[in-house]
Amino acid sequence: MRQMIGPFLALLKRDLLLAFRHRGELANPLLFFLIVVTLYPLGVSPEEALLRKIAPGVIWIAALLAALYSLENMFRSDFDDGSLEQMALSPYPLSLLVLAKVLAHWLVSGLPMLLLAPLLALFLAMPTPALTVLELTLLIGTPLLSLIGSIGVALTVGLRRGGILLTLLVLPLYIPVLIFATNAVSAASAGMAVTGQLYFLAAMLVLALTLVPLATAAALRISLS
Amino acid sequence: MNDPEPTLQARGLECVRSDSLLFSDLNLSVRAGQVLQIEGPNGSGKTSLLRILAGLTPPSDGEVLWRGESIARRRSAFLSEVAYLGHQLGLKAELSVEENLRLSLALNGLSFSPESLAEALRTVGLTGREDTPARALSAGQRQRIALARLIMSSAKLWILDEPFTALDVGGVSLVETLLEAHLSCGGLAVLTSHQTVRIDRRLVKLPLA
Amino acid sequence: MWTFFHKLASPKHFYRISGYLISWLGVITALLLLAGLYLGLFVAPPDYQQGESYRIMFVHVPSAWMSLFIYVFMAVLSAIYLIWNIKLADVMASSSAALGASFTFLALATGSLWGKPMWGAWWVWDARLTSELILLFLYLGYISLVSAIEDQRSAARAGGVLILVGVVNIPIIHYSVEWWSTLHQGPTVTKFDKPSIHISMLLPLLLMAAAFQLYYFTVLLIRARAEVLDRERRSAWVQETFSGTEPR
Repeated sequence: MRQMIGPFLALLKRDLLLAFRHRGELANPLLFFLIVVTLYPLGVSPEEALLRKIAPGVIWIAALLAALYSLENMFRSDFDDGSLEQMALSPYPLSLLVLAKVLAHWLVSGLPMLLLAPLLALFLAMPTPALTVLELTLLIGTPLLSLIGSIGVALTVGLRRGGILLTLLVLPLYIPVLIFATNAVSAASAGMAVTGQLYFLAAMLVLALTLVPLATAAALRISLS
Repeated sequence: MNDPEPTLQARGLECVRSDSLLFSDLNLSVRAGQVLQIEGPNGSGKTSLLRILAGLTPPSDGEVLWRGESIARRRSAFLSEVAYLGHQLGLKAELSVEENLRLSLALNGLSFSPESLAEALRTVGLTGREDTPARALSAGQRQRIALARLIMSSAKLWILDEPFTALDVGGVSLVETLLEAHLSCGGLAVLTSHQTVRIDRRLVKLPLA
Repeated sequence: MWTFFHKLASPKHFYRISGYLISWLGVITALLLLAGLYLGLFVAPPDYQQGESYRIMFVHVPSAWMSLFIYVFMAVLSAIYLIWNIKLADVMASSSAALGASFTFLALATGSLWGKPMWGAWWVWDARLTSELILLFLYLGYISLVSAIEDQRSAARAGGVLILVGVVNIPIIHYSVEWWSTLHQGPTVTKFDKPSIHISMLLPLLLMAAAFQLYYFTVLLIRARAEVLDRERRSAWVQETFSGTEPR
């Protein structure tokens, strides 16, 4: 088959360009991330010991919710204006194009969360060794969120009010990521080993990279039919 | 073996949408140099049929053959030879004409050259508009971008759903000219339209229900 | 042999054959249920640790088994549907969803009832209960997705994809939750561990499991038949079967 890298890069570039042209909106999921975390000291207790204990879970749950918030955009616009149709008519595998779109989504919505993490660690009195592990879990975990989420978005993109359904479909699948990521950060706070948890996250990422594009492509074709 | 002749055939096609049967046991055949016009009232399944022929929607029964082979089985080979123009044009409003066309070519594995772009824009009457964002253009002009995309693709089979939408008289005769040129080069086309299509080629009509 | 399966896959023959099977399956289900309940509630001795309250496991454990079995079965049916386009496979998958969700709910409810005398709380974050809860969400997600899509074929295919994605995730979720619960509850095994199993307890458990299994198939066939009639209502054989008993 002709060079697969061509259409992959072209689509990636296009999505990044489009995100750049909407750069005013890029900050929204990040603000959401920040605000949700801020609610916990206000709603639960600002006591340091407590915050330190719940910090990993709070940050990761907020990350999940922010990811859900940003997922809607992955295919909606392309679906509405017919671009997705044209992608489905490409002789290149749709799963390749999906991978390009998921990568673009992660670069725009997921990666910036890593930049915000130190601030959040500060708000929640998280010790420094835990922060490093937090960044690692976000680095491995946020692509997972984009990947797993893409299946849900692909299944619901044709529906009128797919947003709520998207949450129901995707959150159960996020649970393993949540469990291992938060545990890794808690363990780091306590000075315990984290390699097992990180390896498991990495294994999930590899599995997702191989299987998800196929599932998402199938789901997109169903939504387009 | 690949049928060297580009032909589109459909056998026993059936389409069910939202619980109602639109058509069943539908057969058609289009050869090189032919254009097939699907006719029928609104809701008779014209768009659905075109989408089935383009491979976007699977039929509930029957099969579509391109060069003698089922399009479901040899999908990539088929898709590299078909161009589809639907109700939604597939253009990003925030991208310029050139950016939109660049992507379309890349998605189909075709290389881009400024000369071919300029040539295509000249043909459709959008010269000098390379850098205009699509949202700044009128509906008719956006339709012309889609036509430019059509010319720049190397597709043998054109599937056009209401290609005359939003076009003025000049635009309509442009489409007819492009069709003529495409057909005389051995291409084929299937289209739907509410208006009369005036071309010299043999125009076959297929009425739906 | 192949023609038998081919015939079975045809809605018309399925309708006829299943009608015949249902009465038999129903009778056997009832017998198994009676035997299992009698042995479980009256014959099996009280557990030395949990007394009489352990008997709820005769409903809880088979329910949990069924909830998982049905999901996996739905995944197999969906794969068959997506690959070979056999509509009956989808009919059976979508007819199973509510049953699967019900068994999951039953497992959760009985788990809760079991927990109260044992641990003093109506809900505990035990590994199995938590896994069942997530499984319930997976079922509800499938049901919601399929009902939200208007076109039936697209709904069937979308549901199929979702179930297959879910089935791949179930081992991952199960393992993650198990691991998570050992972290927070220490090395003791799941709270709802069956008491050391004796044949007098194993037998009613297996009888109940078989009863639930056949119950599932009985109700599945009943639901699938109704679904088949609905989907094929325009076809000739349905019209013939009901002409004279129903106005057109």
